[in-house]
Amino acid sequence: MSILSVRNVNKNFGGLKALDAVNLDVEAGTVHAIIGPNGAGKSTLLNCFVGRLEPDTGSVTFDGKSLLGIQPHEINQLGVSRVFQTPEIFGDLSLLENVMIPAFAKRDGAFKMNAWHEVAEENDIHALAMEMLADVALDGKAHDTAAQLSRGDKRRLELAMCLVQNPKLLLLDEPTAGMARADTNNTIDLMKTIAGRGVTMVVIEHDMHVVFSLADKISVLAQGTVIAEDLPENIKGDPRVQEAYLGGAQL
Amino acid sequence: MSFFKTQPKDLILLLCFAVVVLLAPILFAPIGAGYPDLLQKFAIFGIFALGFNILFGLTGYLSFGHAAFLGVGSYSAVWTFKLLSMNPLPAIIFATLVGGLFSALIGFISLRRTGIYFSILTLAFAQMSYNMAYSVLTPITNGETGLQLVQSDPRVLDVAFGRDYGAVLPSSDLFGIGMTGYPGYYFCGFMLILCFFLTLRIFRSPFGMMLRAVKSNQNRMNYTGLNTKPYALAAFVISGMYAGLAGGLLAVTDPLAGAERMQWTASGEVVLMTILGGSGTLLGPVIGAGAIKYFENIFSAFNDQILAQVYSFLPEILQQIMVAISSLFVGEGWHLTLGALFMIIVIFLPGGLMEGFKRLRNLISGKFGGGNGSGRATAPAE
Repeated sequence: MSILSVRNVNKNFGGLKALDAVNLDVEAGTVHAIIGPNGAGKSTLLNCFVGRLEPDTGSVTFDGKSLLGIQPHEINQLGVSRVFQTPEIFGDLSLLENVMIPAFAKRDGAFKMNAWHEVAEENDIHALAMEMLADVALDGKAHDTAAQLSRGDKRRLELAMCLVQNPKLLLLDEPTAGMARADTNNTIDLMKTIAGRGVTMVVIEHDMHVVFSLADKISVLAQGTVIAEDLPENIKGDPRVQEAYLGGAQL
Repeated sequence: MSFFKTQPKDLILLLCFAVVVLLAPILFAPIGAGYPDLLQKFAIFGIFALGFNILFGLTGYLSFGHAAFLGVGSYSAVWTFKLLSMNPLPAIIFATLVGGLFSALIGFISLRRTGIYFSILTLAFAQMSYNMAYSVLTPITNGETGLQLVQSDPRVLDVAFGRDYGAVLPSSDLFGIGMTGYPGYYFCGFMLILCFFLTLRIFRSPFGMMLRAVKSNQNRMNYTGLNTKPYALAAFVISGMYAGLAGGLLAVTDPLAGAERMQWTASGEVVLMTILGGSGTLLGPVIGAGAIKYFENIFSAFNDQILAQVYSFLPEILQQIMVAISSLFVGEGWHLTLGALFMIIVIFLPGGLMEGFKRLRNLISGKFGGGNGSGRATAPAE
């Protein structure tokens, strides 16, 4: 069953055709990677899923509902969580608070004026947040300030913030960009664990190591169009992909 | 009731705060601040700064127009005195509500922008209110003279309850207790304790956590399923209501409302109070408000004669020079002192006086065997 379907999406920036009749189907419970050379339109496509950009034409449907014309927070409330290229966390707050906030958002909705409750009384949310921090091996730092974390730990925290919402779809924009090798491997392991739980993921990635160790299916984007969509082993040997993405070199 | 569920540590803090407020006339007497007029100012501006801190300290939105809500609160209170009753309770309720309504309107428009543009918008609205109070709104504000009570005011509630003030100009009283002097201070002090308790609850609530998240990363909030706009607006309105209440209390202790209360210098003053004390902390703004009002009281009282006395031990020519230099910093020029003080704090103690106290405490506990580590691990917002 397709959980996210993109139909004939076009997007122009001035004279530049960033997305040209893109079609994409993401099956529930799979990891779907989107790869392509720089400027292929990967991030533009992702931004069309989360309400940051509006396609000129076409449709984006998630779980039977259109994602077009609604705000980012409404899209998240439908069950779509997003990880950014540069980890977006609440730097001034503690790790625990960082994870409790999405948990409150999931339980209480986009706005709730619960000014008379005490955070200290919210035992369920607290326990859930601690569990998630333990999942990403950050429970020992629960009371540290998030800004002090290493890049890799910030990524793990951001993943915990998404996972605590139990999302139906997790979008990852170059999750290992700018990371040291050890951090990259840790992050891959973590994402494998997450995928093993049946969380549907869409991953945009440059690092082939990451893509081929995670993806169930790969779409290749070049100059705004999907030039191939197949299983990883078939993509590896596809001459069109090698031409567009690798400039003809053998993988 | 969740009132009783306040964490023990916070209850102790509240209790200490209440004790200090109630014993203030005795506690502040040694530094020459133990008289009611100044204490009333401490309490009233403490409330103003507490509310401002909910907006600025938690969400990071720097409003430069909060004096408008203070002024509106004063006008509302004086009108309540004129039309309804000299009892302060309806006056402060009305002042708080009108402060809230007015801030909802200004906040709704100003919060369409962030950062410096937000600050400029609030400043513009406040200056507009100030100028309108002087000009077109004269029928409501009585322009330059300021809104005053007159003997012939209707005071329908007082009349209905058979309260007659005779031939003298009435002053505000709470069921027979006049609102000047110490009773006036205790009325304001009680309100300060109440406001402090409310602020404490907001700080410790999930709502307060969301407000700090607004300051930290709005982008992440949006992608986390949270709508930042209503959170920021709620903080703005709450702080507007605190400002309205403070304005109402100013009118309670002295039933007069003038437009100068809405001027931008008054808006700037509450920013200084909050930063001086420590923005984002619970106690900081109250301490900052007290410190500024205390120093204002001391420095503005100095004049050339007093200065000449201070320097009387010097040769006459040196005495004249020192008086000439010092007089720039006192009396009317005390804002120069305030500016210098503010610069020193911002450069050396960016966290305000609260950070200074914390460093001092760490220094002392470091000297005496390191203290106990867990004692210092207080909540981050404190």
